[in-house]
Amino acid sequence: MSHFGYVLGLADDALIAAQRLSEWCSRAPEMEEDIALANIALDQLGVARMLLSYAGELEGQGRTEDDLAYLREAHEFRNVRLVELDNGDFAVTMAKLLFLSVYQRLLYDRSIGAGDERIAAVAAKARKESAYHVDHSSRWVVRLGDGTDESHRRMQAAVDQIWPYTHQLFEADPAVHALALTGVVVAPSTLRPAWLDTIDTVLTESHLSRPTAEAASQLSSPTTETAVMSRTRTEHTEALTELLADMQVLHRAHPGARW
Amino acid sequence: MTLFDVVAAVKDPELRVLNVAELGILRDVDVTEDGSAVTVTITPTYSGCPAMDLIRADIESALHDAGVEDVQVRTVLDPPWTTDMITEEGRSKLAAAGIAPPSSTKVTVQLSIRCPRCGSPATEQLSRFGSTACKSLWRCTACLEPFDAVKAL
Repeated sequence: MSHFGYVLGLADDALIAAQRLSEWCSRAPEMEEDIALANIALDQLGVARMLLSYAGELEGQGRTEDDLAYLREAHEFRNVRLVELDNGDFAVTMAKLLFLSVYQRLLYDRSIGAGDERIAAVAAKARKESAYHVDHSSRWVVRLGDGTDESHRRMQAAVDQIWPYTHQLFEADPAVHALALTGVVVAPSTLRPAWLDTIDTVLTESHLSRPTAEAASQLSSPTTETAVMSRTRTEHTEALTELLADMQVLHRAHPGARW
Repeated sequence: MTLFDVVAAVKDPELRVLNVAELGILRDVDVTEDGSAVTVTITPTYSGCPAMDLIRADIESALHDAGVEDVQVRTVLDPPWTTDMITEEGRSKLAAAGIAPPSSTKVTVQLSIRCPRCGSPATEQLSRFGSTACKSLWRCTACLEPFDAVKAL
C-alpha cells in the first residue's frame, strides 16, 4: 500500500460517506433536507469515482472504478471508520458531516499545491463543493446546539459519540508519511490545527464543547479514544460490512450490470 | 454548419435551455484533417454531475448523425469549471426560462438574487440545494413565486 493505498483511502472516505448520506433520501426531516443530503452524497460520489479510477490506474492491474467499488471485501476498504458509522439520529449525521467536510475542505485546499497533479485536479474541483458541505453542516450544528434543551442535549451527545473517530482522519501509515515527506501528498497530521480551529469556532457558536473527560470515560470500549486511534484504515466496524452488503448486492448478483 | 457547431448545439439535459457551449463545459473540438475523426473535450460542472454520461452520449450521436464515425469524448478537470464560464447569452436564456443566473464568483459581497419573473430583489433562499446539483431553491416575497437559481461556484 503506497500511493495506490493513499488514493484509495481518499476515494473510500468519499464513497462510503456518499452511501451513508444517500440512506437519508426520502427519510430526512423535511424535503429541502432530503434534497440537500442527496446532493451532498452526489458530490462525494463524484469525487469517489474520479479517485477510484485514478487508484485503479496507479495499481496497474486493470481494475476499474466499478471493480474497486463493488468487488472488494470490507477488509480491503481504506476509509476511516468515521464515515461508515450508522447515521444515528439527525444530530449524529450532522456531527459526522461537519467533522468530515471541514477535514476534506482543508485537505483539498492543500492538495492543490502538492505534487500529485491528478489529486490536485480533483481537489481543485471538489474544494468549492466541500465549502457548501461545511456551510450546510455548520448551520445545522448551530441550529441544534443553540436550539431547545432537547436538541442541545442530542447534538452534544452526537459530538461526544463521534469525536473519538476524528483522530483517524489525521493519522498516516509509514507509506503515506514517506509520500508526504517528498511533497507528493499532504501530511494528514498538518491539517489538524486548522481543523480544530474551525470546529472549535462552530462548537462555541453552538454552545457545545469537545467531549469532557467524563463524557469520554462513559463511552464504552471499544469506542474509547485510545482503542479508536490504534486501528489502521483496513480495520473496520461491522457497520461497514452491512453497508457493503447493501451497496454491492446488485453488482454481485448481476456482474457488469449497467443502466 | 461546422463540426464545432454540431457539438456546441448539444443541449445540457438538466438546464435544457442551454447548450454545452453556453454552459461553458465544452473545451475543445479537434477534427482530423480529413474530417473522419473527432475528439471532443468537455469538463464536468460538479464532480458528481449525473448528466455527464448523457452529454457524452448526446455528443457522440450528434456527430454520428453528421457523418463522423470515429468520435472520442474526453473529460478534463483542469481548469475546474466555474459558473463564470456560463456565457452572457447563456445567462439571458436562463433568466428567460425562469432560472436566476449565478452572480459572479469574483464579487465578494453577495448581492441579493433577483426574481427572474418579476425582477424584485426581495427574495429569500429556501434551500441551498435544489432540484439538481447546480441549483438552489428560492422564493420571491414580492410575487410569491418559487424559482431555481444557479449557484455561484
